[in-house]
Amino acid sequence: MSEQDIVMEDRSAAQSVPPSVIEVEDLVTHYGEREILKGVTMEVREGEIMVIMGGSGSGKSTLLRHLMALEQKTSGTMTILGQNIDDLNMQEFTDLRKKLGVAFQGGALFSSLTVGENVMLPLYEHTGLDRKTMEIMARMKMEVVELGGFEDLMPAELSGGMIKRAAFARAVVMDPRILFCDEPSAGLDPAVASALDELILNLRDAMGMSIVVVTHELDSAFKIADRITILDRGHILMIGTVDEVKSSTNERIYNLLNRVPDGENLDPDEYLARLTGEESGVGNQPL
Amino acid sequence: MKHEIREEQGALVVAFNGDIDLQSSPEARQVLLEAVGKNMPILVDLSGVGYIDSSGVASLVESFQTARKGAQNLVLVSVSDGAKRVLQLARLDKVFTICDSLDDGIAAVG
Repeated sequence: MSEQDIVMEDRSAAQSVPPSVIEVEDLVTHYGEREILKGVTMEVREGEIMVIMGGSGSGKSTLLRHLMALEQKTSGTMTILGQNIDDLNMQEFTDLRKKLGVAFQGGALFSSLTVGENVMLPLYEHTGLDRKTMEIMARMKMEVVELGGFEDLMPAELSGGMIKRAAFARAVVMDPRILFCDEPSAGLDPAVASALDELILNLRDAMGMSIVVVTHELDSAFKIADRITILDRGHILMIGTVDEVKSSTNERIYNLLNRVPDGENLDPDEYLARLTGEESGVGNQPL
Repeated sequence: MKHEIREEQGALVVAFNGDIDLQSSPEARQVLLEAVGKNMPILVDLSGVGYIDSSGVASLVESFQTARKGAQNLVLVSVSDGAKRVLQLARLDKVFTICDSLDDGIAAVG
């Protein structure tokens, strides 16, 4: 089995493939001496929902932060909305970031601001719009996420699902070209999680956004994804449609989809090297 | 974004041309609110608008509400599919009167 068992599209269908909004080539990144992403190449297309999946420690959250241009890479190239991020000056980078929306896993709402003020915050920070316009924009997005009428509540007064919805409202208040969602369904009951999935689909359909979602919730991934990227130990195992992923014969993908614990597929050599600090790229300093 | 204002059969036609986005929506808002101040039925012609973002829609909402307070009619004409989807997402298609053509719009405010 090769490390990059990427499903390539039918070349005859290339003409109908939308343009890329994110292109990543041979991305390598480290935390300290530990190599986290080991040469990741992928793209996100205009108007698609790309779901990134993988087990714990696979590098999916790290990849998401890179796609959001929040992290420094070791090597490789990244192009976002046609701009190579290495070529951008500070102003160009700031302008690019305005076109990206992020719904953080925990919501990341400011506890001292009302929900409405939280949603309106990006407009305050990045636009010089009239306050009335900003208020209407914020209320419209709160209606979209079905939080209309809750503007004056404090974040502490919201349920977990409502916090996620408020985070979505804030993330899309400026009509971003690309929306990033980190574990949107984590910690929610199935009904609330399903409603959030519907919201993601609606946002894509109505606003034409490209959406990148990191999740380990299989039901959610299969419901919303146009394509799925599966990461494993810093490598891409597969990029494909839901059907392609489900029908993959790759053992590690099978284990991920069927929740087979990693320990049942232990590589003794690799495990011993990890315990003794001899694993490649980690260094072997005493703890 | 450019705009043109003209009178047609007793209504004020405010026609926008180009994108209405974060950069241009303050101007669109000012144009609309000034038009509302003229106390005539208003047709907002969006046939030349390829893209309208939330700030543009917010300007429409504010103008519409201001017009309603003065018992003025304000209808949207020739709204693109993309703009319609944005309006539908916020359920504003239930609020605005949306007409396919200027003739329909004039009939609606007449």
